[in-house]
Amino acid sequence: MTHEHNHKSHTRRSVLIGAGCVAGGLGLPTVLTIRRAEATPATMASAIRQVVGEATVKPGKVKLEMPPLVENGNTVQYTVSVESPMTATNYVKAIHVFNEKNPQPNVISVHLGPRAGRASFTSRARLADSEKVIAIAEMSDGSFWSDTIEVVVTIAACVEDGIP
Amino acid sequence: MSAPLINVPKSAKRGEIIAIKTLISHEMETGFRYGSNGVLIPRNIITEFVCTYNGDEIFRANFYPAVAANPFLTFYTVASASGKFAFQWTGDNGYSETATAEIVVE
Amino acid sequence: MSARADGLFALCLATLMHAIPAAAGEIAAADRRSDYEFMSRDTRVMQDDDSSNPGMLWVNDGEALWTRKVGEFSCMDCHGDARVSMKGVAARYPVFDAIRGRPMDLEERIMSCRINHQNATPFAYESKELLALEAFVARQSRGMPIETGSDARLKPFIEAGRELFNRRQGQLNISCAQCHDDNWGKRLAGNAVPQGHPTGYPLYRLEWQTLGSLQRRLRACLFGVRAETYPFGAPENVALELYLMVRARGMAMDAPAVRP
Repeated sequence: MTHEHNHKSHTRRSVLIGAGCVAGGLGLPTVLTIRRAEATPATMASAIRQVVGEATVKPGKVKLEMPPLVENGNTVQYTVSVESPMTATNYVKAIHVFNEKNPQPNVISVHLGPRAGRASFTSRARLADSEKVIAIAEMSDGSFWSDTIEVVVTIAACVEDGIP
Repeated sequence: MSAPLINVPKSAKRGEIIAIKTLISHEMETGFRYGSNGVLIPRNIITEFVCTYNGDEIFRANFYPAVAANPFLTFYTVASASGKFAFQWTGDNGYSETATAEIVVE
Repeated sequence: MSARADGLFALCLATLMHAIPAAAGEIAAADRRSDYEFMSRDTRVMQDDDSSNPGMLWVNDGEALWTRKVGEFSCMDCHGDARVSMKGVAARYPVFDAIRGRPMDLEERIMSCRINHQNATPFAYESKELLALEAFVARQSRGMPIETGSDARLKPFIEAGRELFNRRQGQLNISCAQCHDDNWGKRLAGNAVPQGHPTGYPLYRLEWQTLGSLQRRLRACLFGVRAETYPFGAPENVALELYLMVRARGMAMDAPAVRP
């Protein structure tokens, strides 16, 4: 009654913890986390910190284009472009894309140089839920810039198995 | 499966920024899906893509499971000299695939 | 007449008079639109560019298979340049096969060529080789209008397909027509309900993350209404394929398409 609203997540978590213990006891490889495998804003933040270290990431200069309502989370085409003269002394070194709710926070990291001419790339991602997606550009002067968007996903990737 | 699909302009003017498009066949199995028997399907993805232009690296990408199946990439470079682009994809389970494309730069 | 008016009209008629033929809900020729038009702009862009359309990976594979000798013959040895000999072919299928006395779809035709003319085991349904050859052949009809069904011997099979299309099926007890004739254009889980024209098969479906056939899609539809699916190659699948192609007569082929 009073605890009913927590019942579902409590049961799922205790089953997973139980499974993890059993697997560990049997000497089987355990899953790295006993939480439901899902990135959270916290794991995304720590994945970002692994790339930028202690530097501040400033919003700006980067444009992440993705459809706001995704037709199918399995294949979402997107483009990242960064304002930069792309000269030998002032260029975009890398662009990293992260997400909030897939099982893993990283999407892709691309490494460029002044020879790119244009600091932009297009690719296709999988999105497991309606979530924030962040593109972070690493500049040759060590600064970091970003763009964050929010997308709605109704047909998810990663967590739905195929049908016939 | 088939050879990767590469789209590079056959010719360009020196200094022109050109677009390179690559499309390769690969399941990019995430490692997060379960088979019908309840067993986790192991991860099997492309992890790295490198493009060189007359031997110099001009683009590199690290792929994660969130890269969609049959990975597609469009990227850019400045047409500097006639010659060859070489593309290499490497991944889990010793996966490796290569392709090349020629360009004439005036 | 708008889709909504058509749907209401069909519903009223069906309620009043059970004997009304299924044609009451059919889409008027002028209202027919390709499934392409119901997709988001981004998915359309993916299809339009041959260097970004994943279906082209299968087309290229199919082109390689076309020239590969199996025993004595390759497809090319009999059929020559596919760009010439296969032009318009996929736009006519399924066709009536006099030997079997029934319609045959493109997949069965490719399989029977392998058996009868190349003395080889046929490729399995949904195998990458069969899909590759099918994609390569269908690609040669791109832009051409669908012409399936002119053979008079196909009439009873077209009617069988029409009946299946209009039959309520499965635990959800829904017919194809109720969504695709009566409620196209409305939205379901963020996607628009298309009219269900097979102009783009075999196609790269984002949901499958691979290329698949029309039969695969029909099985998925039946699965979706919790009906028992027909096995690959079943006459019911071929009858439905035939009816759908006839229903789309005059519309342009766009295989290999990309769909959500």
